Amino acid sequence: MELSRLERIDRWTWTIPRGADERRGEVRLYGDADLLATMDDKVREQITNVAKLPGLVGCAMTMPDAHWGYGFPIGGVAAFDPERGGIISAGGVGFDISCGIRCLRTSLRAPDIEPVARKLSDGLFRDVPAGVGEEGSLKLSSHELDKVLLGGARWAVREGYGVDADLEYIEESGCMAGAKPENVSPLAKSRQRGEMGTLGSGNHYLEVQVVERIFDRVAAAAFGLSEGQVVVSIHCGSRGLGHQIGTEFLVSLAKAAGRLGIDLPDRELACAPIRSPEGEEYIGAMNAAINVALANRQILAHITRKVFGHFFPGQALETLYDVSHNTCKPEWHEVEGARRLLYIHRKGATRAFGPGHPAVPERYRTVGQPVIIGGSMGTGSYVLAGTAESERKAFSSASHGAGRAMSRHAALKRWQGRQLVDELAQQGVIIRTRSMRGVAEEAPLAYKDVRLVAESTEQAGLARRVAELRPRICIKG
Amino acid sequence: MPRSSDLFEHDADFGVVGRGGSVEEAFVAAAEAMFGIMIDPGAVAAKESVAFEFEETDVELALVTWLNALLAHARDRGLALGRFELVREGARWRGRAAGEPWRAGFDRGTEVKGATLTMLSVRRADGGWEARCIVDV
Repeated sequence: MELSRLERIDRWTWTIPRGADERRGEVRLYGDADLLATMDDKVREQITNVAKLPGLVGCAMTMPDAHWGYGFPIGGVAAFDPERGGIISAGGVGFDISCGIRCLRTSLRAPDIEPVARKLSDGLFRDVPAGVGEEGSLKLSSHELDKVLLGGARWAVREGYGVDADLEYIEESGCMAGAKPENVSPLAKSRQRGEMGTLGSGNHYLEVQVVERIFDRVAAAAFGLSEGQVVVSIHCGSRGLGHQIGTEFLVSLAKAAGRLGIDLPDRELACAPIRSPEGEEYIGAMNAAINVALANRQILAHITRKVFGHFFPGQALETLYDVSHNTCKPEWHEVEGARRLLYIHRKGATRAFGPGHPAVPERYRTVGQPVIIGGSMGTGSYVLAGTAESERKAFSSASHGAGRAMSRHAALKRWQGRQLVDELAQQGVIIRTRSMRGVAEEAPLAYKDVRLVAESTEQAGLARRVAELRPRICIKG
Repeated sequence: MPRSSDLFEHDADFGVVGRGGSVEEAFVAAAEAMFGIMIDPGAVAAKESVAFEFEETDVELALVTWLNALLAHARDRGLALGRFELVREGARWRGRAAGEPWRAGFDRGTEVKGATLTMLSVRRADGGWEARCIVDV
């Protein structure tokens, strides 16, 4: 991105000056100059377009891991007021609705898993369906699937996939209100029949990780984390059902926008007023997809526990937290001294409520909501905590991942999957995959430096670093 | 213009481009490019088929609808697809594709979640047609 077209507010905060006759809201880009310089100029164009949408409240924002998306940039955050013509955008949520990360903590230390690391990776690779074309063993009837769409992770726990204690540590306590199974097409439901409890592919993964470093001892203690501890992170979303809802509503909302009098700066920003039949129909379907994602990660957590239980009888693998990063949710926020109900689009961005927020589990309430930045398979991930400052700056939002620095096409030309697997093995990371092409596309150097993303996220005041996680086993989707 | 398919750059995802002597041929080539992200279409045997119809007057939205319908029917039936046909009669499009169930021996790539409206274009080019868009993976 050409930094000369931006205006610096402070070292970690930038804006895009408005032209004299340019009618749009304010824009904020978070991150240091090095990170922003690696971003495509399309990020600037896209977030500028988001700032033109009706009913925007505050600024349209990009997080430090932003990259070029479709309509909305990935790492984009925007709030809309339903009472002032605010919109809901399918492009602002994305195809993989409620894609997110479930983090499980163990009471194991790094040396505990070494004698069985290879066999543990075998077990996880065998039992966790991963990669294109893989199906899960759970096949649901149409009636049962509707229960998933309404119940989310609560449905999964009721069916024996996990324990009640999990629910407290999942956003929305494991169940998104307002789901409307009747708004989900038969084809979307049909696509999901074989996909419950599957990881998917692309940047999805299940990683066994070791806490490498603690930044904030108080928050780490609240999160139950300490150096050398083994944790598990599961990154996946709403699978075929979410993808189908995304594709169907993208086209239908693009067609509806003109009819509804919305002048779209980019057709991919397909949207409708929140308070319109079209908007409400999408919201009901999207909420159902969020529940599918929450149930999916709950089932995968259950499978992971069973595999660990084989090697480490009695290991509980407690849920540290489950964050979603492709959503639009109604939330109360303070704007210019008044509490307002806003719909917060987070496309490739994580909710990050600060200390004291009632939605943060009591155990974490004094330190803030856990935020998980998933890294590449070679460089590690970060656990952070939400801050009070983030409420003021970004409607309590933070980064979600390392963010790509290179296209998949370019990565395929540059790396061989087999070679990467061997190199990572030398570095102590066991990679298991059904797609060597997928590994090449996901090469660690195809991503931004996750350490810079995490540091920028902290310096910008969006969330503060708590722990760095080093990958040991990666089941690649 | 002979039918051909290719990929182009996008930060996080893939761009697919199909070219052919007609709009339908270009769409078929775009489908080959898209499924080529997931699997080598040449390695897929035509053992089972899917057929569907849709109506669309906007030719660009028709490309997205065609690609997304293929993805949906492929996943619904658990098929890897490798052969594609498309017939257009005014605003009515009739698609057909053939392939086989995913099996262990396939050299797998990355799952495509959906075709997007980003960089979407269907245009005349070099005496034929070119169809392109970004697909989300």
